[in-house]
Amino acid sequence: MSQFAINLIFVGASFALYFGIAIWARAGSTKEFYVAGGGVHPVANGMATAADWMSAASFISMAGLLSAGYVNSSFLMGWTGGYVLLAMLLAPYLRKFGKFTVPDFIGDRFYSRGARLVAVICLIVASVTYVIGQMAGAGVAFARFLEVSNTAGIWIAAGVVFFYAVFGGMKGITYTQVAQYVVLIVAYTIPAVFISLQLTGNPLPMFGMFGDYTAEGAANAVPLLEKLDLVVRDLGFRDYTADVDNKLNMLLFTLSLMIGTAGLPHVIIRFFTVPKVADARWSAGWALIFIALLYLTAPAVGSMARLNLIKTVYPAGVEQDALLYADRPEWVKTWEETGLVKYEDKNADGRIQMYNDKAGSAEADAFAATAEARGWNGNELVVNNDILVLANPEIAQLPGWVIGLIAAGGIAAALSTAAGLLLAISSAISHDLIKTMINPNISEKGELTAARISMGVAILVATYLGLNPPGFAAQTVALAFGIAGASIFPALMMGIFSKRVNNKGAVAGMVAGLTATLVYIFTFLGWFFIPGTATLANTPDNWILGISPLSFGAIGAMINFAVAFAVSYMTDEPPVEIQELVESVRYPKGAGAAVDH
Amino acid sequence: MSAQNESARSYWRENLRIIMTYMVIWFAASYGCGILFVDELDQIQFFGFPLGFWFAQQGAIYVFIGLIWAYVFSMNRLDEKYDVHE
Repeated sequence: MSQFAINLIFVGASFALYFGIAIWARAGSTKEFYVAGGGVHPVANGMATAADWMSAASFISMAGLLSAGYVNSSFLMGWTGGYVLLAMLLAPYLRKFGKFTVPDFIGDRFYSRGARLVAVICLIVASVTYVIGQMAGAGVAFARFLEVSNTAGIWIAAGVVFFYAVFGGMKGITYTQVAQYVVLIVAYTIPAVFISLQLTGNPLPMFGMFGDYTAEGAANAVPLLEKLDLVVRDLGFRDYTADVDNKLNMLLFTLSLMIGTAGLPHVIIRFFTVPKVADARWSAGWALIFIALLYLTAPAVGSMARLNLIKTVYPAGVEQDALLYADRPEWVKTWEETGLVKYEDKNADGRIQMYNDKAGSAEADAFAATAEARGWNGNELVVNNDILVLANPEIAQLPGWVIGLIAAGGIAAALSTAAGLLLAISSAISHDLIKTMINPNISEKGELTAARISMGVAILVATYLGLNPPGFAAQTVALAFGIAGASIFPALMMGIFSKRVNNKGAVAGMVAGLTATLVYIFTFLGWFFIPGTATLANTPDNWILGISPLSFGAIGAMINFAVAFAVSYMTDEPPVEIQELVESVRYPKGAGAAVDH
Repeated sequence: MSAQNESARSYWRENLRIIMTYMVIWFAASYGCGILFVDELDQIQFFGFPLGFWFAQQGAIYVFIGLIWAYVFSMNRLDEKYDVHE
């Protein structure tokens, strides 16, 4: 059977499963559409949250990011540590509050249409920027594995999401996400297990990575990380496990990712779907276990793939001659066709020299003389980070069905996150804008129809943006996390933990935090991301205290807190009924069902 | 009424104390061991690998899982104690 047919079977079977769930889980009320009826079991919700959270970027790109070494550990700590904040600081109380959306809480707690509107805008901008990447990711996966064009791939993805999200709402999305989690985690771990067995003899990649490298026989066994440090050092790269130069920036970056994670609305609304406050805590516990299965495996995939790649290019060892281009393995040829692997014979010796030639880094400068002595004329092989996971089965020479599985897994990761984001967007529009702000008299049936139409429109907008990605697509993750971390997270936290913060303080805080973050990001990445409009070049020398624009969300959040408290203490206390509302979200008893209002 | 209020306040104080304790561990495991003191910990070879690097890429995540589950159990107990469980 051809690889194409195998891929088609795996992806087709997973789609049939999603359609089956969609037909079974049709939403009949706004409560089912927004919060799946509020009756989701915490374990199921944990799985759905994991799929909701782990995006195309987590599945496809993270191992590649981690293969750079210690420096990118921020992603691992940031994207998991945020769940500790969610579980202890937000989820149980927001579940007790018991309504449908994140702006619902901000609008009610700060008794202000302005606060609700700011929250809606932040939510929509953060979610829309995030969804672009998901649509594009689905397009890439389709194009690579199912031999359709990128455009056709995005339309197919949109059609599938449309089917279960418009009809099933949160109920349909929740149960498809459970299925998608299973598909993506199986797809991610199976190749990792095989590669770990090949390199270390340990079937558990997260332990194999810290064990001995045994691929060159038991007699030559050395710790895998020591081996990796050694070979990358010999090619002029920084040691794999070496520390970073700017700890402040790494700390702030990790913190920004954590509070951004905790403040992303599509994750928060998942905790509205469980029956009780205690279930919201359980859900967070399960969610992090399910997420950790992938995040503990990812660094192993990254490090082993990097070692494998170097072994491929320098089959006799890094101090010996590199591989002849004519002898390159089959997978290199496959990926050269996609443009994600590029080779250029700069010194015209027919071999593939891969090393660190980036002038300016201390390691590369120190290595330049060695490279010259060996007759090298620059790095000749460029490998896109994204292919590490996708090409893993081919690099490790695994059977065709593993490749089919990876195809289904990558698409599942993209679709599950896209659906969660789209639900957050459509419920903010139909519930917060239409029902609460524009037409409070709308009937239950009318609101459900409005929710479905909003979902349809949101899918069309996301599809359009996926097909015509704005030039700043790569920057958008910084934007989404910056907005969620600097505006939504502090507002929610103060709403729960302080009775003193009032409407004026909250609005002033959100606006200040958001503005400061946006200004800092735009200064270095271009105003509204329009190329060429950056005020300062995006280099560490220009950053204030070496803080990168991606790390600024944490500072934005601090500004938000400071301004909100300052303004609140200078103005009136919140009214008594609001103080009672804060009291009531703090105690679990009587959370009951999500309130229809 | 006031006795009830007193009990509610004391439930909230205990909750805050639990959160603070766990946040200290949360900070120490990730920012402490994984970032600020990673160099010092890397000097310790733990089963042949650098401990600081392990914290940054694995250990912190295990600690996070432990923290959330500890919080779940602590709060369930607290909810029972103050009879605010559902």
